[in-house]
Amino acid sequence: MFRNQYDTDVTTWSPAGRLFQVEYAMEAVKQGSAAIGLRSKTHVVLACVNKASSELSSHQKKIFKVDDHIGVAIAGLTADGRVLSRYMRNECINYSFTYESPLPVGRLVVQLADKAQVCTQRSWKRPYGVGLLVVGLDELGAHLYYNCPSGNYFEYQAFAIGSRSQAAKTYLERRFENFTDSSREDLIKDALISVRETLQGEKLKSSICTVAVVGIGEAFHILDQETVQQLIDAFEIVGEDEPPVPEVGDAEADQGEAAAPAAEEGAAPMDI
Amino acid sequence: MTKQQANWSPYDNNGGSCVAIAGADYCVIAADTRMSTGYNILTRECSKITKLADKCMMASSGFQADVKALQKLLAARHLIYQHQHNKQMSCPAMAQLLSNTLYYKRFFPYYSFNVLGGLDSEGKGCVYTYDAVGSYERVGYSSQGSGSTLIMPFLDNQLKSPSPLLLPAQDAVTPLSESEAVDLVKTVFASATERDIYTGDKLEIVVVNAEGIRSEYMDLRKD
Repeated sequence: MFRNQYDTDVTTWSPAGRLFQVEYAMEAVKQGSAAIGLRSKTHVVLACVNKASSELSSHQKKIFKVDDHIGVAIAGLTADGRVLSRYMRNECINYSFTYESPLPVGRLVVQLADKAQVCTQRSWKRPYGVGLLVVGLDELGAHLYYNCPSGNYFEYQAFAIGSRSQAAKTYLERRFENFTDSSREDLIKDALISVRETLQGEKLKSSICTVAVVGIGEAFHILDQETVQQLIDAFEIVGEDEPPVPEVGDAEADQGEAAAPAAEEGAAPMDI
Repeated sequence: MTKQQANWSPYDNNGGSCVAIAGADYCVIAADTRMSTGYNILTRECSKITKLADKCMMASSGFQADVKALQKLLAARHLIYQHQHNKQMSCPAMAQLLSNTLYYKRFFPYYSFNVLGGLDSEGKGCVYTYDAVGSYERVGYSSQGSGSTLIMPFLDNQLKSPSPLLLPAQDAVTPLSESEAVDLVKTVFASATERDIYTGDKLEIVVVNAEGIRSEYMDLRKD
């Protein structure tokens, strides 16, 4: 993308029918550190890479609990993300107060999208520079949505945003068809492997990633570092690029799919 | 020219009594479960006790619609606090919040007579007692509601420490053990039920201690 005479205002169209300021806002999302989401019928997992600006500083919080049944991971301008999380929390609390029931995640996502759209049609505002992976439960099950600065939102089986997210997306594209019936543990394992894909060779440790889970019968919560490190150690022993080895008591479904991907797993996902 | 009087009141008194007793490392909160209006009973099984935070319970008698609204508001405010501070509200913090919330409606009050009970930040039992507009005080024990005039003098007799002018000042907590406090509460309600028509049916007792929260029920006279 290059500078041009139609990109000064968000309220200026280009002759090709584009709003450049909105597209630039989406670029900001690509600059943020990676965030990944995957869902099964009953659970959704969020994982993100914690990048600290320097060794001296702590990393920024990228995963927020919005309600017992809704959580969000952000990529891009963290400040914008924090403000939107606060908005989401308020909406959930107000809805619960009025209707004595949890706000369906699909409704929240639409409200968020409408809020983002407003900023694309006011000359005195700028679009939010943050992409949100919203995960939540409603009566139909588990959902994963992606909200962009443009005001669009999409539902996904699995998605990754932020820098080097393409590596994770390639991994997820290969495996997503199995996710619906995945167990909670396999889902978390796939999330961690996707995070590792974005690290491009750097060693995966619990100190540089955060994982959160929500599911039917399980409130949204962020896993603590020890648990995450144990999970990482469990599959690291198996080795790079191998499909999840069925652990004691795992479903037979794993055995079936372990054979097929094994052949394709040979090509390093780094070759994009 | 006589003053105009309202022919409709926004308030109703649903009766009932609440008690709370603080111990060294526990707190007992109790309330009857009768909800009435006038001389009629609306239900024999309405709880007046709610959990506001991990170690903080509130028992409220008075107008149950206002009580319910107050409980919802405090629950929502607690959620906001948890999002902002990443921890549960302490009992003293919740006590102040309740006071502020009540005074906010100083000119159209919540018809709610509250006792807050729980563990303070050091794990010691604490009880806070309120009037309808938020005036509050930390005490070792308290009662509110229709039976409080019968209950309070009895609790004073059993629990009140001697005047500080005569002896060294004592802690605000009761020297009773947890089971003694629960027995005292049962005795007190059985007595109040005898003479207060609005108190009876069933007694709900909640005990907060380091292990957590447990509930107990006891039948009371249903007349």
